[in-house]
Amino acid sequence: MPDAPHNLRFHSISKSFPGVRALADVSFDVAGGSVHALMGENGAGKSTLLKVLSGVYRPDTGELLIDGQPAAFGSTSAALAAGVSVIYQELHLVPELSVAENLFLGHMHAAGGVVRFPAMRAAARALLSSLGESISPRAKISSLPIAQRQMVEIAKALTRNARVIAFDEPTSSLSDREVDRLFAVINRLRHEGRVILYVTHRMDEVYRLCDAATVLRDGRHVQTFPSLKGVPPGDLVARMVGRSIADVFRYTPRPHASNPNAIDVKDISGKGVHTPASFSVARGEILGIFGLVGAGRSELLKILFGATPARSGQIFIHGKPVHITSPRSAIRNGLVLCPEDRKKEGIIPIRSVMENLNISGRRHFSPLGFLINPARERQNADTFVKKLAVKTPSLKQLISNLSGGNQQKVILARWLSENIRVILLDEPTRGIDIGAKSEIYSIIYNLASQGIGVVAVSSELPEVMGISDRVLVMRQGALVADIPRNSPDFTPQNLLQHALPVAIHAIQGAA
Amino acid sequence: MTLSSSPPPLELPPERISAFARARSLWQSAGMLALYVLLFIACSLLFPNFLSWYNMGSLAQLIIIVGIVSCGMLFCLAAADFDLSVGSVAAFSGIVAVVVVNHTNSVALGILGGLAAGAAVGLVNGFVVAALGINALIATLATMQIVRGLAYIASHNTSIGAIDTGGRFHILFGKAVLLHVPTPVWLMIGCFIVCGFLFHSTTFGRNTLAIGGNIEAARLAGVATARTKILVFTLQGTLAGLAGIVGASQSGLGDPHASIGLELQVIAACVLGGVSLTGGIGTILAVIAGTLIMGTVQNAMDLNGVDTNKQYLVSGGILLAAVLFDKLKQKWT
Repeated sequence: MPDAPHNLRFHSISKSFPGVRALADVSFDVAGGSVHALMGENGAGKSTLLKVLSGVYRPDTGELLIDGQPAAFGSTSAALAAGVSVIYQELHLVPELSVAENLFLGHMHAAGGVVRFPAMRAAARALLSSLGESISPRAKISSLPIAQRQMVEIAKALTRNARVIAFDEPTSSLSDREVDRLFAVINRLRHEGRVILYVTHRMDEVYRLCDAATVLRDGRHVQTFPSLKGVPPGDLVARMVGRSIADVFRYTPRPHASNPNAIDVKDISGKGVHTPASFSVARGEILGIFGLVGAGRSELLKILFGATPARSGQIFIHGKPVHITSPRSAIRNGLVLCPEDRKKEGIIPIRSVMENLNISGRRHFSPLGFLINPARERQNADTFVKKLAVKTPSLKQLISNLSGGNQQKVILARWLSENIRVILLDEPTRGIDIGAKSEIYSIIYNLASQGIGVVAVSSELPEVMGISDRVLVMRQGALVADIPRNSPDFTPQNLLQHALPVAIHAIQGAA
Repeated sequence: MTLSSSPPPLELPPERISAFARARSLWQSAGMLALYVLLFIACSLLFPNFLSWYNMGSLAQLIIIVGIVSCGMLFCLAAADFDLSVGSVAAFSGIVAVVVVNHTNSVALGILGGLAAGAAVGLVNGFVVAALGINALIATLATMQIVRGLAYIASHNTSIGAIDTGGRFHILFGKAVLLHVPTPVWLMIGCFIVCGFLFHSTTFGRNTLAIGGNIEAARLAGVATARTKILVFTLQGTLAGLAGIVGASQSGLGDPHASIGLELQVIAACVLGGVSLTGGIGTILAVIAGTLIMGTVQNAMDLNGVDTNKQYLVSGGILLAAVLFDKLKQKWT
């Protein structure tokens, strides 16, 4: 490595896609020998910028300068050759090849087309051990845990002698210890004078690892902080969302204590819900359900909605017993579900916004129950797109072209076209950026204030505490706690304590 | 930021659809039909005997069976399924129709019998695919064999002639003409209209597309997925039966060897027109265009005396081109 640190300059980069301005005149400098955070909500332009950097996209205007030299990449291989490596969340390794082969993919040690495995393995071993890893060069990638695969990806960048290394949310699937090791490696890369871009959503990581930060919003450069010393986290968030974090939830108490129940669940059990579960939700109440992944939260909602069969139990809606055998019968009883995995279970990607919105509610305005009335379809879709402020260029737009938040609004609109009494929300804001989150919360509050019973499952503690009037905790297929908002037990520690199987000390350590 | 129960007001971007997007949507809905018009004009200019009343009749004969069955295949493909049994069903229904006509001397009962046979096979297909969850490719491959076997057994492996008094069964779709146009052409046009209406203007059609787009999302949105699929296959079986009756009426025979390979011609016509093989995308215009293109190419080859054996090469080439085209289109959009 040369002693002088490298540097990278984005110079008025713009990139448009049909109907979207993904990057607009973005300029900033990234100094080598430091870790530079790239921050912004989903859709702010971070991914597009990384793809411009790695040569996947060619910018419409502007240029990249590495060490002062213009670098115009038309392809990913050109970017690699120029010393730019981007390490994506989804790693680009060949699972059935060995570690050594992956490290030198595209430039293997070879003589006359025959791979010289011993030399290549020795080089691989040396490189990995310099990163403090003892991974065997012979191991297949598919046999390695994610953290080690990531190290292989970093080592791969080093075989290319990368001047610029960009990380795209590298810690999303790592344990705390693995994060420590990753950061140690990144620190080493920093000391070697390389340019390091670090994309993350997590504020704690920014302050722990990064020296500088750039915030993007709506494809524009908002601000670059050359040093993060003395910059409060609130400032960064405010730059990212254009508002402060306290405004995200905007919870207001709604009187519902004297309301009759919207739904009573008695001894429901089924796949994933081992202990019969009973609870009630008043009209206008927002009930949060918190639990770790695999605690049975989503399974409980799916049983209530009739998507998976119930083994036992009974459901009453507005006091009357209902017999739910399928999602269809649940909907006809005024009980609906917004599923967790929007892509797989919520949207029909290759159909339009209008089609996705009207798929259920059209039965209320279809002549003879089966004819399509195009005018009413358009009118209904238009009403809800306006009401929920869905950002879409037209009703005919494919729903898959919308952002996550707008897709979720279309799903909510689908149910608002029905006459609903209870709505089940499974991770209502997963994969949605902060700005859109608070819009979704507003819609949820609005539903509750209309007397609809709301059940919201979330694995994000701030969210579940931020929006719920009362929280149920699930653990290993059973409901284990019922904590109202005004109770002294309504604390993050307490909720986590109930959610974790054992090892209470572990939580206290984490908290 | 003030507290409010409704989302903060957002400026909705105006309806700005670029000229490009507009052209693309036009191309997707009517592009193939426009292409057909060009093909038709080219054939008219190149081949002197193409544009004649007589040859239009030959062209119509070529596409009637494929056209009728394609209407049903549109629904199958849109639901991300296939029906490979249509050729066998057509042969079997033709035989059933002839046998019933011969026994009862009633053309109406014969037609009813043929349609019922087709619908019954379709119902079985639908039940096996939707309720038992068997892959449609395998399920209908099985019924394709079974029903072809039934056709051989029912006919004792020979063609059965229709022997009703006055030969009315043969006349109905074989010779009869309405407003100078042969009756089966009217029948095909009727199928296009009825199925187009079902596909585009009813919840059944919309739900079929939703199932093909994402069956789990459709189920969780309250679509009766199993019932819709069973209906799709029953419709397809009935239309294949109708096509078989038309075929039997034209030849005056219930032939167990009829319509071999029809399923692939039909799927090829649909895909050529722009119906997606992976489900969720299709229009009746695409089916009409695909059917016409296939038929016209074959007709042009017939006119120019292209050897029947060589015609297979062209048909195969067109099928390959159609699938490639489908793939390219998906990549592009």
